[in-house]
Amino acid sequence: MTAGSAASPDSAAALGPVAGTGSVAAPDPAAGAAGPPSGNGEVLLRAEHIKKYFPVRKGILLQREIARVHAVDDVSFELRAGETLGLVGESGCGKSTLARCIARLFPLSGGSIVFEGRDISRLSRRQLRPVRRDLQMVFQDPYASLNPRKRVGAVIADPLRIHRWGSRDQIKRRVGELLELVGLSPEHVNRYPHEFSGGQRQRIGVARALALHPRLVIADEPVSALDVSIRAQVINLLDDLQDELNLTYIFIAHDLGVVRHVSDRIAVMYLGKIVEISPAEDLYKRPIHPYTEALLSAVPIPDPDLSEQRTQIVLEGDVPSPISPPTGCRFHTRCRYATQICTDQEPPLVAHGNDGHMAACHHPLNADRAATADPRP
Amino acid sequence: MTAEPLLEVRDLKVSFRTDDGIVRAVGGVSLTLSEGETLGIVGESGSGKSVTMMSVMRLINDPNASFEGEVLYKGRDLMKLSQDQIRGIRGAGIAMIFQDPMTSLNPVYRVGWQIEEQVREHEKISKQAAHARAIELLTAVGIPQAGDRVNDYPHQFSGGMRQRVMIAMALSCSPDILIADEPTTALDVTIQAQILGLIRKLKDEFGTAVVLITHDLGVVADLADRIAVMYAGRIIEQGTRRDIFYDPQHPYTWGLLGSIARLDRPKPRRLAAIPGLPPSLLHLPEGCAFGARCGHRFALCDQRPDLLDKVGGGHLDACHLDIGQKRELRETTIHPELIEEAT
Repeated sequence: MTAGSAASPDSAAALGPVAGTGSVAAPDPAAGAAGPPSGNGEVLLRAEHIKKYFPVRKGILLQREIARVHAVDDVSFELRAGETLGLVGESGCGKSTLARCIARLFPLSGGSIVFEGRDISRLSRRQLRPVRRDLQMVFQDPYASLNPRKRVGAVIADPLRIHRWGSRDQIKRRVGELLELVGLSPEHVNRYPHEFSGGQRQRIGVARALALHPRLVIADEPVSALDVSIRAQVINLLDDLQDELNLTYIFIAHDLGVVRHVSDRIAVMYLGKIVEISPAEDLYKRPIHPYTEALLSAVPIPDPDLSEQRTQIVLEGDVPSPISPPTGCRFHTRCRYATQICTDQEPPLVAHGNDGHMAACHHPLNADRAATADPRP
Repeated sequence: MTAEPLLEVRDLKVSFRTDDGIVRAVGGVSLTLSEGETLGIVGESGSGKSVTMMSVMRLINDPNASFEGEVLYKGRDLMKLSQDQIRGIRGAGIAMIFQDPMTSLNPVYRVGWQIEEQVREHEKISKQAAHARAIELLTAVGIPQAGDRVNDYPHQFSGGMRQRVMIAMALSCSPDILIADEPTTALDVTIQAQILGLIRKLKDEFGTAVVLITHDLGVVADLADRIAVMYAGRIIEQGTRRDIFYDPQHPYTWGLLGSIARLDRPKPRRLAAIPGLPPSLLHLPEGCAFGARCGHRFALCDQRPDLLDKVGGGHLDACHLDIGQKRELRETTIHPELIEEAT
C-alpha cells in the first residue's frame, strides 16, 4: 500500500548521486536530535534529518520525474541502548519507510543515520553487511516474509550462513536454541512455513531476526496481522526477549494500546514528520499535539460505560497526499484548532516540559500543565 | 423487544469436506436478531463467525460444504430457498459489507454504476432515477462532492471512502438487516472511528438491525446491544453488552478481555495472553473446545458444556465452572497483576 514498497526497486537510481563512496562521516553534533531519551544506556542510534522521497514518473521511454512522494521529511531522533521507541501514525504517514531507511533497505534522499557511533547512511551493500548483524528487522506479514519453499530450519539458518557464523553443527544447534527461545519446539525445524499458524510464523520471523545476536531490532507492525489472543503472546515474547537479551526496539504499530504497552518512548508521525515525541505514559496523560489527541480519542475502549462517557474527536477526511503536502503545519487541513498561522508557518518541534516531551504545534494542548509541574507522580 | 425476531438462526451447522477430513466450521449456532437491534459477534479467525453469516446469506457455493439447521427470516427458511428467491432477499432484505473494501468493489466499473445496478435489480426505476439515488446514497454516507465522485472508479477512493461506498451500496435498497463482517479491520483507527460513527448514525436514522462481526471487543463495546462470543465454531457466551464486559462468565471471554492492551487502565506489566492455539476444526476435542487452553480446567470439562442460562436474564454461557467459583477466578484471570500485588 505504501508508495515506499511499490517504488523502491528503481527509486535508487532516480535519486541521483547518493554518495556511495563509503566514507564514514563524523556524526554532526549540531544536528538537533529530538529530546533526551529516557533509556540509560549509550546512544545506540541517532537519526538526523532523515529524508526519503520517492519519484513519481511519467512516460514510457523517457521517464520524466513529475512529482515526488515526500514519504519521510526531515526526521531526527535518538535511541538509547535498551529502550523501546514506539512509532505510531496512520497508514501512509511514513513510519514503515522510516524504519526501512534506518535498516538501510533503501538509500536515503538526505540526512544521516549514526549507528553504534558510525554513519551508516552512505555505506555500500558490502560495507553494510557487518552492520546488519547488529540491526535486524521483523516484518508485519508473517505470511509474506517467510519463503514458502524453505524449511523453517533453513529460514532461520540463513542469516547465520550468510554471515559465516559457524560450522554446520554449530548452526544446527543455534537454530534449535532459537526455536526454543521463541517458544517453538526444536522438532519444528524441518517443517515448512505453511504448516504454522500466523502467531507461530511471527515467532519464526523473530527467531530469524535474533539469530545473529543483534542489538537493535526494528519490528514493523509485528502483531497487526495476528488475532487478539495471539497478539498478546507475541508482545509478551518480545518483552521477555528484550529483558533477556538486552535488546533495543523500534516498534511500529498503528494500535496505540499495543504501542503504549511496549514502549518507553513514543514518536507520533503525520505525513512524513514527527509531530510529537514523548515518554510513553506522558503522551497518553498529556497529549500536546491535536493529532495525538485525535488518535488517542479514536481508539475504541473495551468498556461500554467509559466508551459512552467520553467524547470522541472524529477527524474529518483522509490524510492529504504526501506528493504535495499542505503548507505550514501539515495537519492544519484536519485540525480543529487551526488558525492562519498554521497555514503559513511550519511549527518546529519544541520541548514541552523537561522530560523530553516535544511537539510541533502552534496551538499546543495541555501546555500549561507542562509549565507548572511534572505531571508524573 | 418484539415477540417475533426478525432473523432467527436455529442450530446451524456448516462443515466442509476436505482431503484431510471434515472441517466443522460451525457446530450448532443459534441466534436471534430483533428489529433495530445490533448484535456483535466476536471471535478469532477460524471461530466460525464469518461462515455463520455467509451461510445466512447463502453465499457459500462450495460443493464440498454441507449445511444443517434453519435460518428464519420473516417466517421463511432461507436455507430452503432457490437461488432466484434468495437473490430477492440479498440486498433488499439483508445486505452485507465485507472487511476488504478493495476486493468487494469491481475495479472496472464506476462506483455509481455499481450502486445503480443493485437498485435496478430490486426496483423498477429509470436509469436517471437510479443515478440520482446513487448520488443521494453517497451523500448520506458522507462522501464529499458525491455528484462528481459517483463517476469515479474504486481505485480513486481511499480505504475509508471505499468502505463508505460499500455501505452506500448495502443501504441502497433499505434492508432490514445489515451484516458487517469486520468492516473496519483494514482501516486506520481514525478512519475506523468515522465508519463506526456512520454505522451508528445509520442504524439510528433508518432503524436497520445490524450484525457486527469483529475480533475487536473495543469495536462492539459502544455499538452492540447484545454480544455473542464464538470459539471453534460455537457460541460460548452470549448476553447483553453489559453482561459480557462487566460480568463475563466464560474463561475464553476473560482471556479476550485480558489480552487487550487497554488505554483506559494503568499499564499491566504483562498482558494476560491466552496460551496455546485454537483447536483444529478437523479434530475438535470431545469435551470443551477451550479446555486445552483454559487455566481452570477440571474433570467435568471432558464433556462438552451446553450453552445455558445459568446467571439468569438471558445471559448464556457454555462453561462447567460454578458461578460462585467464577467470581473469584475471573478477576485474577483478566488482571494477573492483581495476584502479583497480593503475593
